[in-house]
Amino acid sequence: MADLATTAPLIRATGLRKSFGPTEALRGIDLDIDRGEVVAVMGPSGSGKSTLIHCLAGVLTPDAGDVTINGTELGRLDADARARLRLKEIGFVFQFGQLLPDLTAVDNVALPLLMGGASRRAARAESYAWLERLGLGDQGDKFPGQMSGGQAQRVAIARALATRPTVLFADEPTGSLDSVAAESVLETMLDVVREARTTVLLITHDPRTAAYADREVIVRDGRLSGSALVGRS
Amino acid sequence: MDTSPALLGLIAEGPTYGYDLKQRYDRVFAGRRIAFGQIYAALARMIRDGLIVALGEEAGAGPARKRYEVTAEGRRHLEDWLRTPDVPSPALASNLFAKTVLALMLDDNADQLLDVQRAAHLARMRELTTLKHSAPLLERLAIDHALFQIEADLRWIDATSARLTDMKKELSADG
Ligand SMILES: Nc1ncnc2c1ncn2[C@@H]1O[C@H](COP(=O)(O)OP(=O)(O)OP(=O)(O)O)[C@@H](O)[C@H]1O
Ligand SMILES: [Mg+2]
Repeated sequence: MADLATTAPLIRATGLRKSFGPTEALRGIDLDIDRGEVVAVMGPSGSGKSTLIHCLAGVLTPDAGDVTINGTELGRLDADARARLRLKEIGFVFQFGQLLPDLTAVDNVALPLLMGGASRRAARAESYAWLERLGLGDQGDKFPGQMSGGQAQRVAIARALATRPTVLFADEPTGSLDSVAAESVLETMLDVVREARTTVLLITHDPRTAAYADREVIVRDGRLSGSALVGRS
Repeated sequence: MDTSPALLGLIAEGPTYGYDLKQRYDRVFAGRRIAFGQIYAALARMIRDGLIVALGEEAGAGPARKRYEVTAEGRRHLEDWLRTPDVPSPALASNLFAKTVLALMLDDNADQLLDVQRAAHLARMRELTTLKHSAPLLERLAIDHALFQIEADLRWIDATSARLTDMKKELSADG
């Protein structure tokens, strides 16, 4: 007999729609993501990829449809509860510009841990350990302005993972790196998330990046298409 | 890939036995294993063309036990080959191009055809990426080359699928 708790997808989106004024960014998206899956989100510019993950993460409220993460239906939560769920369950990495320039690498990583109530000493120790895992053991006291793009992205990934999120949303995390630096950042990131069984949604235009995922979904004009559809029909 | 000049290059690195040649070929050109039969055929042709010679032939020794060395002519040949650029292989793009155009003309689902090809390409890239993860550097470079080629096809697929509507208009204007 199937146990609902273990067979239900970690993330389930049904009938998601979202418009900005006259622009229909999402036109009915159904998507299931299992725990521990790494899924690439691809599709042309403006097709709705970022809007989709913002709805999945509870950053944007869809006009219609539901998102359930780890058994919690986001639509039923008030703004405070949603913010708490985000802090606890979700990590975010963007293309660039997300580190605070006035804080060292280790303090950037420690920030969400401090917000979660950790002591300064514990947060810093934990943050050094995360930097170490991402290959930056000796870079913790540098400021973002003193690091290469690849190093800064590793810090951002360490920060996103430090709270041990259930889901990591990454929007073009290596989009500003050359292919060798991107590859090395991705390989490290995926070793860490696969070991922790973190679920990942990775937006990318780059098929080489998408090839690190377990599967891809393609967003076109606010709908899922391509292999996701072909595979299902 | 051209087997003969690749073998010639390995021999030019230093005289080598037939058996070692196969081992080195499989290691250096990872993922393109070659049969002994192909190697011997290529060696025989290169001897005939004066590009290599077989050294210290023991009577009755099979080709695996012979040592091969490059000749001056062989070195010139190798340099020419190394300096001549290759024509990118148009086979896949032209097949897919024909299928796409026909699908449009026959009112079939060209979009879906491209999606299926895209999914197959991405699946292949995923396999190669997994292999690459644990591979030594030389092999990673070989896999990278395959990955970049698949990526080029994918770009063409994306560019084409973005223009399907326009292509369709142009085709019906022609007909
Ligand atoms: N805050 C907003 N206000 C108005 N329109 C928006 C807003 N956010 C997104 N859009 C529009 O919604 C559509 C989808 O945008 P979205 O950012 O999700 O695309 P995307 O697939 O992430 O594109 P890209 O690959 O360029 O990042 C676009 O037409 C965009 O202009
Ligand atoms: Mg976007």
